[in-house]
Amino acid sequence: MLQAFNFRIILEYMPLYSQCFMATLWLSAVSLIGALLIGTAACAMRIGHYRPLARIAVIYIESIRSTPLLAQLYLVYFGLPSLGIRMSEEMTGILVLTLNSGAYMAEIIRGGIQSIPSGHIEAGIASGLNYFQRMRYIILPPALGATLPAMLGQAIVLVKDSALLSLISIMELTRAGQILTSERFMPVEGFLTTAAFYLLIYYILKSLTSWSQKRLIFREIH
Amino acid sequence: MWGYYLEQLIGSLPLFLKGLGITAAVSILSLVGGTIIGFFLGVIRAGGIKPVRFLIGGWVDLIRGTPFLVQLFIVFFIFPDVGIHLDALPAAVLSLTNLSACFICEIVAGGILAVPAGQKEAAAASGLSAYQQMRYLVMPQAMPTILPPLVGQYVLLIKDSSVISVIGVVDITRVGWLTVQRIPEGLMVFGLVGILYFIICYPIIRFSNLLEKRMKFGKYRF
Repeated sequence: MLQAFNFRIILEYMPLYSQCFMATLWLSAVSLIGALLIGTAACAMRIGHYRPLARIAVIYIESIRSTPLLAQLYLVYFGLPSLGIRMSEEMTGILVLTLNSGAYMAEIIRGGIQSIPSGHIEAGIASGLNYFQRMRYIILPPALGATLPAMLGQAIVLVKDSALLSLISIMELTRAGQILTSERFMPVEGFLTTAAFYLLIYYILKSLTSWSQKRLIFREIH
Repeated sequence: MWGYYLEQLIGSLPLFLKGLGITAAVSILSLVGGTIIGFFLGVIRAGGIKPVRFLIGGWVDLIRGTPFLVQLFIVFFIFPDVGIHLDALPAAVLSLTNLSACFICEIVAGGILAVPAGQKEAAAASGLSAYQQMRYLVMPQAMPTILPPLVGQYVLLIKDSSVISVIGVVDITRVGWLTVQRIPEGLMVFGLVGILYFIICYPIIRFSNLLEKRMKFGKYRF
């Protein structure tokens, strides 16, 4: 198999791969930012004191976490047109990825907030800080630091999940592999190159994760 | 119109139950296989000789760094190139087993490494064999750390099994995809698909949360 590995074909398709690589990065980055916003909002709703909002957040989080991303993707992709809403494939993909990761982000953020000792929060209340001041100055800074490794882990998952977007014909890394496979009948070159690009992203994010963990341990000592 | 489609959907309910059976069968097969292989690899990764440890770590990184969809394509499209012809179903079970084995390996290794070194030294000093140390000392103490994420991993596995629909295994997601070609009501069809997944996954998620709460007290603390 390796003797027959055709590097020239890969070189020929490199423009396609680099374009698709950027597309994967772009789709993941946009969804990640969206997921952070939605996750923060959902988490705030869930731990807030207003019952109906908390219930909505729980339903959102649990239903996302109990169903596969692919089913969610198909639900939106095939479901929105029957509601009369038309969206481009990219928008559908970003929407689904954002909603999906948002639920996991909400749980990660909640874990971070709950890791804050209640004494700190009580001290904040006793000092006369209001809810937003407590969030801003007491809860969020250490909570975000504590959740950074988990968030980077979710970013890795998000990049890998974006591969499913190829199934609704969005141009991204996996799609590039499929194109090379179907145009030249070269699945080996096609999918191994795709895998190599994903591994590149994975190793970068993984080293960021271990860096953030080390920083965290360092901070806990002091 | 809506009522007509609903009637059609209820008519194809047996198909959905068949898909549910396939999803369950594939998940259980790869769950059992993945757990056995994962525990085996995890024990070696936590305490074996260095080259083997390194090898397992590298393999786990490769699997964790690439999307499951790409792994599935590699097994399904590239293996025939090297002379291994697999049908869709064995290919799906093989790649799912491999995936879950890698994730479980990391969970098990993490659990074993979390047991204080003094415990292992005490066991060695008492003259227990390597197997006895693992069986009577390390594993019982590692189990509380391992169990909750292990059960969580099973949920991820069931959800990941939806991806095998892409290579033509007729699981729930595939049944939904086939049905939506006849009944163009995406929300309804994939709503049903989602509900079926939810019925399986949600109890397991609750069980995992319960385990996490319980295990807090059983864990070795120092």
